[in-house]
Amino acid sequence: MIVLCYFGLIAALLSGAVSLVLIAPEWSQRGLARLSGHIRLQSWSLQLTRTDPKRFHRAVDYGAFGLLGLSGAAVIASGLGALLADNAMFDQLPLGLPWLRWHIRLDALSGFFLMVIGVATLAVSLYGPGYVRSFRHGGYSLAALGFCTAWFIAGMELVVISDDAFMFMVAWELMSVASYFLVAFQHEHAANRRASFLYLLMAVVGAIHLILAFGVVAAFANGFTFDALRATHLSPLWASIAFGLALIGFGMKAGLVPLHAWLPEAHPVAPSHISALMSGVMLKVAVYGFIRFVFDILGDGHWEWGVCTLVLGTASAALGAMYAFQQNNIKRLLAYSSIENIGIVFMGLGLSMIFFAQGHRELGVIGLIAALYHVVNHAVFKTLLFLQAGTVLHQTHEGNLEQLGGLVKRLPRTSIIVLVGCVAISGLPPLNGFVSEWLTFQTALQVSALDSGILRSVIPVAAALMALTGAVTAAAFVKVYGVGFLGQPRSRHAAHARETRHLGMMAGPAFLAALCVLLGVFPGVVIAALGHVSDELLGETLASAYANGWLWLTPVSQNVASYSAPIVFLACVAAASIGYRLLTSPKAVPAVRVPRWDCGFGGLSARMQYTSSAFSQPLRRVFHPLFELREQTVTTPRGHLLGTPARLDFRLEIQDRSWRHLYEPLVRWIEAAARQIGRIQTGNIRTYIAYSFFTLLALLAVVS
Amino acid sequence: MAWLISFFETALFIALAPLFCGWVKWVKCLLQNRRPPSVLQPYRDLIKLFRKRPVIAAEASWVFEAAPYVVFVTAVFAAGIVPFAAHHLPTAKVADLIVLVGFFALGRFFLTLAGMDLGTAFGGMGSSREMMIASLAEPAMLMAVFTLAISASTTNLSEAIHWVLETGLVLRPSFVFALGGLTLVAIAETGRIPVDNPATHLELTMVHEAMILEYSGKYLALLEWGSQIKLMLYGVLISNIFLPWGIAEDFEISHLGFGLAAIVAKLAVLGIALPTGETLVAKMRVFRYQEFLGFAYLLSLLGMLSHVILEVN
Repeated sequence: MIVLCYFGLIAALLSGAVSLVLIAPEWSQRGLARLSGHIRLQSWSLQLTRTDPKRFHRAVDYGAFGLLGLSGAAVIASGLGALLADNAMFDQLPLGLPWLRWHIRLDALSGFFLMVIGVATLAVSLYGPGYVRSFRHGGYSLAALGFCTAWFIAGMELVVISDDAFMFMVAWELMSVASYFLVAFQHEHAANRRASFLYLLMAVVGAIHLILAFGVVAAFANGFTFDALRATHLSPLWASIAFGLALIGFGMKAGLVPLHAWLPEAHPVAPSHISALMSGVMLKVAVYGFIRFVFDILGDGHWEWGVCTLVLGTASAALGAMYAFQQNNIKRLLAYSSIENIGIVFMGLGLSMIFFAQGHRELGVIGLIAALYHVVNHAVFKTLLFLQAGTVLHQTHEGNLEQLGGLVKRLPRTSIIVLVGCVAISGLPPLNGFVSEWLTFQTALQVSALDSGILRSVIPVAAALMALTGAVTAAAFVKVYGVGFLGQPRSRHAAHARETRHLGMMAGPAFLAALCVLLGVFPGVVIAALGHVSDELLGETLASAYANGWLWLTPVSQNVASYSAPIVFLACVAAASIGYRLLTSPKAVPAVRVPRWDCGFGGLSARMQYTSSAFSQPLRRVFHPLFELREQTVTTPRGHLLGTPARLDFRLEIQDRSWRHLYEPLVRWIEAAARQIGRIQTGNIRTYIAYSFFTLLALLAVVS
Repeated sequence: MAWLISFFETALFIALAPLFCGWVKWVKCLLQNRRPPSVLQPYRDLIKLFRKRPVIAAEASWVFEAAPYVVFVTAVFAAGIVPFAAHHLPTAKVADLIVLVGFFALGRFFLTLAGMDLGTAFGGMGSSREMMIASLAEPAMLMAVFTLAISASTTNLSEAIHWVLETGLVLRPSFVFALGGLTLVAIAETGRIPVDNPATHLELTMVHEAMILEYSGKYLALLEWGSQIKLMLYGVLISNIFLPWGIAEDFEISHLGFGLAAIVAKLAVLGIALPTGETLVAKMRVFRYQEFLGFAYLLSLLGMLSHVILEVN
């Protein structure tokens, strides 16, 4: 299994090397031809010199993405093997510090996350060759794009298999830095440079917290390997400090509110297949780190930690959904929706920690499995939606919902795949998003097992907020589909859009859509596989969930709650086929096609449709304290007193509250502190010599 | 056998839904000093609509044609889950209360999409408002459901009813609050006064009607029937959860008959209470909905808290 995993890593790195060829394509084409001449591949060499540069470019693209796909497939296979294997596998690589080689461990948890990475990588590698072609005409460096993508993926794969704190941090930083370059890819826009700088800054701050968190544990352990860290027993105070640091560090990467500021800025500006990887997978790597650190390394937790995680998760879920609903840019909307989904994952983890700390091990397992289930679900549908947002961008050059519309007729196949993604992410039965949300609800409903009255009343409120989240998410994706794909086109670009002709750009998302259905219909199989992870971490499996056969999902027992996804799905299929029969039966009266009625007003134009900001106006008004709103209406009068105005302009800006209330005060404070510290810099050499002298005196006093 | 009875029960449910709607209309007309149409009028309307040649806008996509089927089918699924005259049915195991809420959400998802499909201003307005109502109503509804689920420690409807029957007639403050919350949610979700007016076609006050404005023929019939089923579903849900007495616990013919009579009697009473309430209050402005549904949420929350504080142990 480990060999397969190495194979995947090497394939990813090779893909980066292949992309480098594009730095100087003509030179490398000639060089390659000469090289193949040397090693007696005359026919190949002739062919290479004859191919025109365009085809050479395409071949390199396919080669690079093919290697990425190979890496994805290898990683899926090795992850699946590790997930189902009974024992963890260990290895050491002769890299790293002289006294600390890189330790590698492949167990069920890393196997599961490797699979998540692999699935997204595979879909992206199918999608990529068609998508990146448009960048070539923009004069962008495809070599940089391919190289950084490969290192980004390799970094993520390394994070989940590392078994010592040193290698973990190296891989973590590799992932962060490579993704920084990808966010800054289209750096000619000032907004993109600002977003990527913000991302880098927060990634660095997060990494500092992680180093400190590992440092706290390592201070009591003899070594940096996870085994040594696991073996130490910390006092509750130090353990809580380590937990807090890890929550901030991993939460910053995962995008927990209020540490999420970088996420809605950075994810939309990257190329779409990179946004898909960042939202679909990189956030999950942060979740992996959190689970590894808290459940595995720290071990027995306190219920207070669980409450912290639950509260942050609930806040992220509710606020993420609210902000997502108000966005008009598709990719920005999807980025906020990632915050919401990460919130749901952390709610599951928080519930699990609470139940586990209170001694209800079997209930804790349901929470953990609900969280892991949501991890894979979100990876699948968010990757799908980001890729399809890329297709829409590619075909219409518009990412703003206000300029789209009517795509269901112009991109028929794309729009069906998007619809599957929208239904799945809105948590509607019978697709996959529903199953994990259902499991999270079921965990929350077991509160009567707890003794503390506070917990018993806090958890249901969190669950009700999750219900609000679900409803608002559904509203947000009704908006995406209703405004973006239905209705009439709102711009020339949208009106002239056509379906993509590249097969891979359709196949990647279609593969993910099929996974959405499968993961929704066979939850028993997924939970049985996830049982290996919970067995390894908590020493319990959720055997009761599928105790009544694969048809039934019964997390606690059959009397408490049951859901049969296959039967529901079968009923849906039966209903759909009967409906289709009725619709197309020759006896039915055929429908008449006429212009729209619209209460008989007539004269409808595309500008009279409900716009994206109009659609979200009611909730914006109801929850206005949550948003930083700037609304501006400019009326240009016609000149005479009566009559309609000549022109009406409406401008709306929505900002995160966290900017004004958290980040801006923080920035001001840091600037003030820097100014104070700056005072000791006088620029006078004598003062500096005096500083050195007194420091020396103080050190001598300490030593003696 | 059990599956057969549950299929039969679902079919009966669907068949009776227009009758319940007709009854509500009949009572409402009497209360408002108008001459009521026959109780069977909804059946006649449905038959008429099914026979008519449907008219579809030229701009419509497949979503527009598929949505009525999805709405109707989700309503039928939901009707299959809710125990009607008997409980302990196998269908209740297929899906629990949370799945029921999920089915409603699925139907609504497609209905709101259909409202936006043609690009008319009314459709978009209806969809937007419907999503606002849903976002505010869903937490209140789930909070009420959770109160019940935590008391009975199950989300399975059959088991919950069984638990209520077994513990007997006890006045639980949590249930009173949850009943209040669920009733308000039911009024909002089925589009009754004071949230929405099913009889209006005044452009600026429509919510549900605005979304289905462009439908005709069999499509309109399916949507109407679906919303009639939904209305009756909320009625059955409220009466069977909070007052389940009379429901058949086994499949003996006499018990089933008694159960059917009991639920019909309960629905008849509800069908008087609903129009009475509708006659007494006026329709609200759109941005008063939040207060109405916020109140529903508060009631459900109070129910949950009183359960946690007063009733455990």
